[in-house]
Amino acid sequence: MNDLVWIFISALLINNFVLSYFLGLCPFLGVSSRLDTAFRLGLANIFVMLITALCAWLLNTYVLIYAPYLRLISFIVVIASTVQFIEMVIKRLSPALFRALGIFLPLITTNCAILGLAIFATNRGYGLAEGLVFALGAGAGFTLALVLMAGIREEVALADVPVLLRGTAMNLIIAGILSMAFMGFAGLFSGA
Amino acid sequence: MSRRKEDPHAEFIKGLWRDNPVFVQVLGMCPMLAVTNSAINALAMGGATFFVLVASSFLVSSLRQWIPRQVRISTYIIIIATFVTVTDFTLEALAPVVHKELGAFIPLIVANCMILGRQEAFASRNSVRLAVVDALGMASGFLFALFTLGAVREILGEGALFGVSLFGPDFEPWVIMILPPGGFLTLGLLLLFFSWLRERKQRLAIRLEELEAEPK
Repeated sequence: MNDLVWIFISALLINNFVLSYFLGLCPFLGVSSRLDTAFRLGLANIFVMLITALCAWLLNTYVLIYAPYLRLISFIVVIASTVQFIEMVIKRLSPALFRALGIFLPLITTNCAILGLAIFATNRGYGLAEGLVFALGAGAGFTLALVLMAGIREEVALADVPVLLRGTAMNLIIAGILSMAFMGFAGLFSGA
Repeated sequence: MSRRKEDPHAEFIKGLWRDNPVFVQVLGMCPMLAVTNSAINALAMGGATFFVLVASSFLVSSLRQWIPRQVRISTYIIIIATFVTVTDFTLEALAPVVHKELGAFIPLIVANCMILGRQEAFASRNSVRLAVVDALGMASGFLFALFTLGAVREILGEGALFGVSLFGPDFEPWVIMILPPGGFLTLGLLLLFFSWLRERKQRLAIRLEELEAEPK
């Protein structure tokens, strides 16, 4: 049990996917200009990550022991098609949920955070429960980083920033400072 | 980019400098920040990406008449994933140390949007020759950017380049530069520098036009 909590906290804060593994930077920089969009993208991301963890576990346990060299290709194909399938199901069952998350789902599937999650979970030999907790932590960490960034950017939009610095350069420097702040979490469990 | 004239030289320079994938288009950031904490890792990553981009551009461009439009993106991804798998295993066999350093980031080359972008925007619409030249240019531009970032971070973060100490033992390394925040800060500052260069060039061009217009 303790292990699962540790995996969750580690993926959420200490090894935050965005701020210390640099995964999922494209949406992090692209879709973080408004708070509510950022939050919804984060939720959609948690959702896709949970599905990914499940798919990766199924593939690793039942298929890839016979053909390990197909790992990368099968991860991509299976994850992308599963997400697309679930997208269609949601559209039928819950149009409200689809409107909230739907437009982001295809975007997220090709995101490196998703593939990274599957690969990390495989490399560390996580079982099903560990994989799901890891996905939940990583997704929540991604949402946290995205929401923090969007909050800061909404404030910065009102500030008088030099013309040259506007856009990506500014966002990267903000991300650098956020990442520095998150480094403070590194000592979280070592003292206890 | 709308001109259709075959000018391999211009296509090459475009990728290397004017439309540099990292500094100008800001693509392919995920793998680039994570592995650029030293010059040697940056070069290995750049080399791997180089091979994948050129090989998949070549294949996509040769097959462009047979790939149905509806499934083109999935086809590109599968082609890219195949070459990434090849690179992954080759690197593991030839340079296990580097492979271990780069870890999960080699398979993640698949998710590099720069590679997919080149297939969709260029290789699928141009002759094999032009596609390969374009890929060479873009890949060199990517390699150049990775190396710059890796070198800056290693020099400041460890006072060394390729593991060779530069400033002697008195140098106090800026450890933050080889840690994740350093990646964000360095790239942010480099982007700032490049947009300053562009702005300066534009200002100069405007001044030049004014000067030429004035005497008459």
